[in-house]
Amino acid sequence: MIRIRNLSHQIAGHDILRNVDLDISKGGLTALVGPNGAGKSTLLSLVARLAATQSGGIEINGLDLKKISHGDLAQLLAILPQVLTSTHRISVQDLVGFGRYPYSHGRLTPKDRQVIEQVLASFELEGIRHRFLDTLSGGQRQRAYTAMAWAQDTEYLLLDEPLNNLDIAASRSLMARLKRLAEQERRTIVIVLHDINYAAGYADHIVAMKAGEIVEAGAPEAIVTEAFLSRVFDTEAQVTHVAGRPLVVV
Amino acid sequence: MPRLWLLTCLGLILGLSVVSVFVGVIELSPLALFLDPEALHLLAVSRLPRTAAAVLTGCSMAVSGQIMQILVRNKFVEPISAGTGQAAALGILLSVLLFPAAGLAIKMSLAATTALLGTLGFLALVQRLPPTEPLLVPLVGLVYGGILGAVMVFIAYQADLLQYVDVWMLGEFSGVMRGRYELLWIAGIAAFVSYLIADQFAVLGLGRDMSLSLGLNHRQVMALGLLCVSVVSALTVVTVGMLPFIGLVVPNLISRRLGDNLRVTLPVTALLGGVFVLACDILARVIRHPYEVPVGTVFGVLGTLAFLWLVYARPRHA
Repeated sequence: MIRIRNLSHQIAGHDILRNVDLDISKGGLTALVGPNGAGKSTLLSLVARLAATQSGGIEINGLDLKKISHGDLAQLLAILPQVLTSTHRISVQDLVGFGRYPYSHGRLTPKDRQVIEQVLASFELEGIRHRFLDTLSGGQRQRAYTAMAWAQDTEYLLLDEPLNNLDIAASRSLMARLKRLAEQERRTIVIVLHDINYAAGYADHIVAMKAGEIVEAGAPEAIVTEAFLSRVFDTEAQVTHVAGRPLVVV
Repeated sequence: MPRLWLLTCLGLILGLSVVSVFVGVIELSPLALFLDPEALHLLAVSRLPRTAAAVLTGCSMAVSGQIMQILVRNKFVEPISAGTGQAAALGILLSVLLFPAAGLAIKMSLAATTALLGTLGFLALVQRLPPTEPLLVPLVGLVYGGILGAVMVFIAYQADLLQYVDVWMLGEFSGVMRGRYELLWIAGIAAFVSYLIADQFAVLGLGRDMSLSLGLNHRQVMALGLLCVSVVSALTVVTVGMLPFIGLVVPNLISRRLGDNLRVTLPVTALLGGVFVLACDILARVIRHPYEVPVGTVFGVLGTLAFLWLVYARPRHA
């Protein structure tokens, strides 16, 4: 479980996060939604320790985040940041292999190779395993990076807007894959999503943020309502239900 | 494919070394080695050191160029044109001025220190540039290197030491003899050490956030990379002078053909650097025989052509 207590963060004098309290329980897909500038990415980067916490605390599985070593944290939690470069010329297979760095530090063991093969298979990358990243489409590249983070074999996986620049087919396929794999391998995924419908359609929990604060949290069916959209996103949109899940009419 | 490149480069280095040993102002034939003790002396004092110096310089400059590109996360920079080389020359100039009696080790340490500071300054400048404008990075590097170079020339002019500056600014191997090039072996060792941690540099190449997520000790690897670039630059500038373009052309060529997985490509990058510099040095000796053209000039011409080809040739997509 990730336990965030009284977390505040400032960047250049501006409050990005204000007294955030949040528990993310083990298992399932938690979606972080909210308008631009709500502090979602900052929250994610603090949990992954890409930036140091200024005030407040974060615990992962009861351990103080500040006291976990680099190596231990990399085996417990992986993050896929938002900006992924495309100039790097490495093959898909080598990229997924980098996901094993926390375990083998570059010298792949038979176990690593086995994990890499499994991950390449479950992300359907076998056909393009020898292609360089800069020759792939946006959807393929995102899938390859996600596979790398998956190969890190961590209990927690944080993804920052993985659906950016993806078309509807690639987005749906990535979300469905993540949901299925999270259930199969009992991992905890926290994912920042721009599109509330993807959150409502695939997430087990939704955490809504606005102006650096948690506004609401709960199951999609319970919290995605017209009043919720108006409060969090300042927009009047109609909400219907399809197959038991809420759907925002855009 | 990488193995083929590796073996080819290795073969070329051996072949070119044999050629290099027998090219020079004084006639030296393979037969004379068995008959004439003078010939052996020439070989040991001048020809072998020169050949070794060219290979070591090429290998270590290519590797340090590759590492610089990872540190800055931009494929269009290399230490010699982005301030590291000029800062190293400034350091050695200062040591000549301030500690004229000091030994070579102290002068070298000072040069490596200023090279390190110069590279840190470049990193600090570059981090403020917008990531959407990658070509600003080499341009800023050229301006920055130009300013450092101007400071150095001004100080040298004031102190009447301009003749030294020419030696450092224009790389050439004609002064290389036994006893005057051995520092380059340290540059070679620095390049080899960076091969040992090639995997960490490869992870660093994924960017700060990703390398932190993978548990890399980001600061430590950055520091090691900086150290390698600075030591190699300082040693080559002092021993043979500045050889621009090698650190730029060779890693880019390898990246185009073989990719960026350093564990596989770094040895090829090193050897290809050695092949290029050795070939250019042989050319430099035969173009105007019995006179020499500085190898920096030869490489400047060929390197520019190679780079234009790199920029305009479409990469083959596998």
